[in-house]
Amino acid sequence: MAQYAILIHARTHAEGAEAVPGAREAHDRHFEDLVQSGVLVAAFALQPAGTATSIRGDVVTDGPFLDAKEVIAGLAVIEAPDLDAALEIARANPATWQGGGVEVRPVEGGFVTDRPGTA
Amino acid sequence: MTPAPDVATAVADAHRREWALVLAATARVARDLDVAEECVQEAYAAALAGWARDGIPDNPAAWLTTAARRRAMDAVRRERTLRSKLPLLVVPGATEDDRAADRPAAVEPEGVVPDERLRLIFLCCHPALTQEAQIALTLRLVCGVTTADIARAFLVAEPTMAARMTRAKKKISAARVPFRLPPAAELPDRLRAVLGVIHLLCTAGHTAPSGASLVRTDLADQALRLARMLRELMPDEREVRGLLALLLVTDARRATRVDADGRLLRLEDQDRSRWDRPALAEAHGLIVDGLRGGRPGRYLLQAAIASLHAGAPSHDRTDWPQIVALYDALLVVWPSPVVALNRTVAVSMVSGPERALEEVAELEKDGRLARYQYLPAIKADLLQRLGRPEEASIAYRQALELTDNEAERAFLTGRLARPHQA
Repeated sequence: MAQYAILIHARTHAEGAEAVPGAREAHDRHFEDLVQSGVLVAAFALQPAGTATSIRGDVVTDGPFLDAKEVIAGLAVIEAPDLDAALEIARANPATWQGGGVEVRPVEGGFVTDRPGTA
Repeated sequence: MTPAPDVATAVADAHRREWALVLAATARVARDLDVAEECVQEAYAAALAGWARDGIPDNPAAWLTTAARRRAMDAVRRERTLRSKLPLLVVPGATEDDRAADRPAAVEPEGVVPDERLRLIFLCCHPALTQEAQIALTLRLVCGVTTADIARAFLVAEPTMAARMTRAKKKISAARVPFRLPPAAELPDRLRAVLGVIHLLCTAGHTAPSGASLVRTDLADQALRLARMLRELMPDEREVRGLLALLLVTDARRATRVDADGRLLRLEDQDRSRWDRPALAEAHGLIVDGLRGGRPGRYLLQAAIASLHAGAPSHDRTDWPQIVALYDALLVVWPSPVVALNRTVAVSMVSGPERALEEVAELEKDGRLARYQYLPAIKADLLQRLGRPEEASIAYRQALELTDNEAERAFLTGRLARPHQA
């Protein structure tokens, strides 16, 4: 099995407002399915891009790193036997029909820290 | 000892016919495209000496496959001592083949292997690769064309093409693009990509994007070979039949597309007696078969149009109403402005140039064909036929500005110089 990162791109929208009604529920359901089927390694939803702060060299600026119509709204790491299987999982992501989309990238390596007792 | 020329011919034949089969079987063992390619190349080199010494084997494909797979096994063993893990090409169920590589491959060419060639084609045309990479990899891995020749065909420097192909192969192994047939649900989409690659090759072969010669026979030949291979591997797919028919018709007229001086000839000026009749008959059979049962797809309809043109005794006696009807059906399955433009030519023959010119004007407004040299060329021809030479000249100049192919430029320049001849 290989690991793939799914970078979830969404249209930028007004703080707090949902670009598509029911978008959040659709994402919740999608990730519940992934947990159920046992393919999900980790998933994170991010606060709106307006809350991002970027650092380039020693310059700190307000906003996302890349100035684009779509921003990264979250990311997930899944496990799949090959790219076709990973794409099938990624294709089911609601972002694909909510005006954004997903990018699938093979994970080269990484680790998850085990931190007992932290809150 | 077998005479050297016989051996060379046998190896060249085996290269042309069996490259894809040998490479596919070897990739399964090597699990790395570069390693597999190297092993297959070595096997072909070894065949030159081996067959001269021992005679040409009854089954060259089996001989080459065994030789290439042995080398691949050795490479994998060496690799294992260097690295513990092979990410590489995802080959479902490849482990059982580890031992098979040591067995003689005598039974393979008839059995599983045709399937493997198909897998190789689908691997090369995977949607995760750019279309350019799809074409280049198909030529290299399925047809065995050298990187230098592919670079030449696409008018780029060899290192540039090599770098692009390396990048594509790297993606195949890093992202684990699987070496298998797409599942049934995805097959139509994936097959469309494969057909698209073969069709593009044919188009590139028949109208070189630039350069002196209008036809690049090497590319057109490869396209036809691929279409035949695909037809053999997927005999029930009607669009595969359609594409093969389309390529056959296009190819049947190859010799007459330019005159003795290399000047472009229009369909109506081509010498119909020189068209390849057996190829046209083969295409006709495929089309008749394909049109049975269900709505025909894009390639079948294009082939039917081309075949009607080819079957007519002369340009004037072409079944134009039928061609317009086929274009209407084609526009439904493939709503492309290029198709709409080509349709206007048939419309001009049925309803007159005036009506056709109106439709061309619509397409001009649409804007999608702004850089397409055939729009002003067709417009110029219609204006000519309507006896409006000044406007025709303007349109010819526009067409000239948009084309890079010298044979086409010469044709347009010729038309511009004699604007009063229709």
